[in-house]
Amino acid sequence: MGITHPSWPVSLYVAAWLLPLASFVVLVIGGRRWGRVGGWIALGAITGSFLISAYGFWLYAHEASGLFAPRAAHHEAAAHAGGAGSEAAAPDAGAAVHAEPAALVWRDSLPWIQIGKLSIRIGFLVDNLSATMFLMVTFVASLIHLYSYGYMHEELHEPVHDPRAVPPGQPPLHRRGRFTRFFSYMSLFCFSMLGLVIADNIFMVFMFWELVGICSYLLIGFYYERPSAAVAANKAFITNRVGDAGMIVGLMILWTTLGTFNFDEIAAKLHAPDPQLTGALLTVAGIAIFAGCVGKSAQFPLHVWLPDAMEGPTPVSALIHAATMVAAGVYLVGRFYFLFSPTALLVIAYTGGITLFMAGSIALVMTDIKRVLAYSTVSQLGYMMLGLGVGGWAAGLFHLLTHACFKALLFLGSGSVIHGTGTQEMPQMGGLFRKMPITAITMLIGVLAISGIPWFSGYYSKDAIIAQAMFFYQEHPEHILLFVLPVVGAAITAFYMFRLFFLTFTGKPRDHQVYEHAHESPPVMWIPLVALAIPSMIAGYGEPPFIERALTYRVPVPLAHPAPGVHEAAGLIALGVVVFGILMSVLFYYARLLSAAEMARQFPRLHQFLIHKWRFDDLYEAVLVRPVLVLSAACRRFDAGVIDRLVDGAARAVVGVSRWDGWFDFRVIDGAVNVVGDWVYAIGYQLRRAQTGRLRQYVMFLVAASLGLVALFWSLGVTGVSRLIIR
Amino acid sequence: MQHPVASLPTILLIAAIMFVCGAVCMATKRNAVGILIGAELVLNASNLNFVAFAYLTPFGIDGQVFALFGIVLPAAEAAIALAIILNFYNNHMTVDVDRATELKD
Repeated sequence: MGITHPSWPVSLYVAAWLLPLASFVVLVIGGRRWGRVGGWIALGAITGSFLISAYGFWLYAHEASGLFAPRAAHHEAAAHAGGAGSEAAAPDAGAAVHAEPAALVWRDSLPWIQIGKLSIRIGFLVDNLSATMFLMVTFVASLIHLYSYGYMHEELHEPVHDPRAVPPGQPPLHRRGRFTRFFSYMSLFCFSMLGLVIADNIFMVFMFWELVGICSYLLIGFYYERPSAAVAANKAFITNRVGDAGMIVGLMILWTTLGTFNFDEIAAKLHAPDPQLTGALLTVAGIAIFAGCVGKSAQFPLHVWLPDAMEGPTPVSALIHAATMVAAGVYLVGRFYFLFSPTALLVIAYTGGITLFMAGSIALVMTDIKRVLAYSTVSQLGYMMLGLGVGGWAAGLFHLLTHACFKALLFLGSGSVIHGTGTQEMPQMGGLFRKMPITAITMLIGVLAISGIPWFSGYYSKDAIIAQAMFFYQEHPEHILLFVLPVVGAAITAFYMFRLFFLTFTGKPRDHQVYEHAHESPPVMWIPLVALAIPSMIAGYGEPPFIERALTYRVPVPLAHPAPGVHEAAGLIALGVVVFGILMSVLFYYARLLSAAEMARQFPRLHQFLIHKWRFDDLYEAVLVRPVLVLSAACRRFDAGVIDRLVDGAARAVVGVSRWDGWFDFRVIDGAVNVVGDWVYAIGYQLRRAQTGRLRQYVMFLVAASLGLVALFWSLGVTGVSRLIIR
Repeated sequence: MQHPVASLPTILLIAAIMFVCGAVCMATKRNAVGILIGAELVLNASNLNFVAFAYLTPFGIDGQVFALFGIVLPAAEAAIALAIILNFYNNHMTVDVDRATELKD
């Protein structure tokens, strides 16, 4: 628990959070009329957010004095003593926390929903993790907005030609440009992502979780006229729903047992002497929450949507599907770290391990440059999950932050290549180094960073994860797989990243048309590349790395620090396999001493297995999609054969009855009415004859009638008449 | 009580003759004014009957009151009838009731 400070720094962060929302509203209201100004509005909003959050971070570091000072001596000692074992580490870490003031936390909230016992507040929480994440998200997003301004430029021309929206051979589709719409979605995404980062309760996180999902859906399907993009957007959305169903279960368990959604309150109740949520239910709650993270962070077995999501524009892939949104799952695991029981952490670690190996192996054979990067993203997210799962809270999140920088850089670089060459297929590229030197050099920095070469950021963060995994293996020798998988994965990563670089930028041009067409991108696109290359190099510097220090400074999360020797050993092992991977890549794709095609011929089964992405799509097709289709076909037949027939029969019966009823109405009812009318008419016609209109005749009638009456009375007699009258 | 000037049957006889005269007049005359005169004869015959029977009633006055009504109402009736006849004359230049057949069909 931290110190509660005056809430004005929180207001600062709230302002930074709301700026992109304001931009979204302005862009939606103005729509197409903004033209290119729309891009400047979105860029200005997110850059404003970045500047505010940078000031906020500086303020935070200033207030938590010593954040960037060298680690205090007694802390160091405690960490080293804790390295002997996690059992020993816990009390030591606790002692360290007590010896120092608690971590600085800024929080503020206001009531929102109050129904019975349910009380939900709009709350904001700024601590080490959210301040760092906020800074990273706004930094990467600002650069990607700037890049998008160049990349999406053709959306400004009217009309836009889209040859991929129609079957090959037909004239391209003509449509109106969607420049402003793109930036409005991007702004909405930034707002949602930042809200997710600074929310102080899991309910708000879930809301923004769904909002970023919607933005992802809208942006994957940005070229929705292309059938592949529409399908990919649906796939991403539906796959995420599967994970979110698990997350809702987790929310329900938390609510029914603890009665709160607030992170701090949940932590307090879990650490209480007699917690209401323990044992198997706690594990289930953790795994259920993690299921949501599996969907969002594209972990095995819900990873299938992320490679398809590359149908979206490349800046979207960089921002949403590499740097920020897919990292939200990792972020949530880090934020909710106290919830996970050892069993749940083991599940997380194994999920991450399987994911990183599987995705890396598929990336070996992909030829689409963006798909290689997509599988690499899945693989790196697996690293982060594995790091968190084996107890490396700081290592996993450290890798998240460095990965955001170099993966955004790699995606933007690939976007620059696609922009310059007009193709995404690496077999058509080659020798582009001379044509686009800035892109090539910045991408080389990204490749070196992700491969884990010393002095580049990825080395330090990946090394932290591998060290943590090695430490975990030493503690629990039965989980050797959790150490082997990341080490093998490191070699695979180095191999396929250098394969990507060699195939794209070196060698002889394989497609001369593409080569002639290739050109360096405009400054608006390469400036972000350079700006991202700098943190990709230096983000791991510091002893200990300053990002790791910013994350862990005075944080009460139980941190099991591996012994110093483990770090060095893990670093050497990792470096060894990385160098091996790079050497193999050089042999295959630079020196051409070995042939990849020959390898594919040698192991056709394996090659096909990888080309078909471990047959996950086929599996889901057979197990899920096909049965659903069969079931719906059966339902359709039932609908047409039984329900429709019933409805038709009922309709026919009603028509028959109505027809008979109409006849009855016409003949019987109307007939009776007409007969009465006819009678009345006939009688009236007869009576009419008496009305001659001759006065003298009337008088005669009168006289005759009177005489008749008199005669009648006479015949009846006086008594008869009076009796007649009285009755 | 004074002895009556004429006996009841005598008066009834006179009234009956008047009534028949009036009725025959109404039945035979084609002139509207003539019919009106016949109607007056019939009404006055009935007035005569009212007066003749009046002395049989307890106060000897009921019949006389009826007779007064029988004089006043035909006066009003005659005014209306004459107005109708005048209008008819204005429109058709005749007072022959047999010519008044327009409402028949």
